[in-house]
Amino acid sequence: MHEIVIEEKILARNDEIAARNRKALSDKGVYAINIVSAPGAGKTSLIERMAAELKALGIGFAVVEGDLEGDFDSKRIERLGIPALQITTGRACHLDAHQVSHALPWVFAQPGIELLVIENVGNMVCPAEYDLGEDMKVMVMSAAEGDDKPLKYPAIFSASEALIINKSDLVPHTDFDIKKARDNALKVNPYLKIFETSCRTGAGVAEWARFLAGAVRHAK
Amino acid sequence: MHEMSITMSLLDTIRAEMEKAALKELRSVRIRVGELTAVEPEALRFCFEASIKGTPFEGAALEIEEAPLRGRCKDCGNVFRIIKFERTCPGCGCSSVEMAGGNELDIVSMEGV
Repeated sequence: MHEIVIEEKILARNDEIAARNRKALSDKGVYAINIVSAPGAGKTSLIERMAAELKALGIGFAVVEGDLEGDFDSKRIERLGIPALQITTGRACHLDAHQVSHALPWVFAQPGIELLVIENVGNMVCPAEYDLGEDMKVMVMSAAEGDDKPLKYPAIFSASEALIINKSDLVPHTDFDIKKARDNALKVNPYLKIFETSCRTGAGVAEWARFLAGAVRHAK
Repeated sequence: MHEMSITMSLLDTIRAEMEKAALKELRSVRIRVGELTAVEPEALRFCFEASIKGTPFEGAALEIEEAPLRGRCKDCGNVFRIIKFERTCPGCGCSSVEMAGGNELDIVSMEGV
């Protein structure tokens, strides 16, 4: 019998490609965020709402959309004059670094881009384990979900730097306790920066966009 | 279900190591899965067993070592288990604590002939 000690990450190959993506993006002066959430929390709506705010702040951005099927989301973004590329993952429930690496030549061909927004497949479990090479992972949860969600899906909240609590306009109509949601999220990850938005009314989106623009500029 | 793509990455590593060591048969693989990872050990075991069926790896055992969520106190250096995300150091009572484990998703070792 022969024992081989390996001691390496199972996803070492993904992590290597992610590191390469991160370096390529940084060399071109492009800051990248990876937006994750359950299906229907409002990732695409948030990107739509951010578009005008980021434009006003002078940040040019492109979007890579991950979905199992179809190009509905990239079409929505393109309608706003923002370059968008759709990646369909087929059966896979998350984007991986390899898929993103194939999108980078397209990203770099877009003129005046300082920010890449990657919208991951709607899923609160799988994207937690896959580094794409982003600078910031952004979690979106909505007031239509439970305020105990951070405790039920700690991996993704723990891996994120920013949390956006969306659909804040629905709070008065639900049992969602926004203070409890914040406390639960900070319990899992004390370093989370939390924003409250409503993509319906536009509330809070400017504050989030200013924070993001600051991160983009700070990275230079 | 990302346990399948994790299994595929695991099998890639095993295949490469088997070749390097010129092994013919795989007996067992040991992995470490942290408490805070989004990986369900039993789903991983199911995927592993389903994937090696009818291959030269068939019959190999998957040993899963579960690694608890742990914190290290930045003040007194005490390393302790974090239960229910309670981050107060049981040694000195301060809450300046950094993560010291629980995110592992590692291949530890393998055995073959």
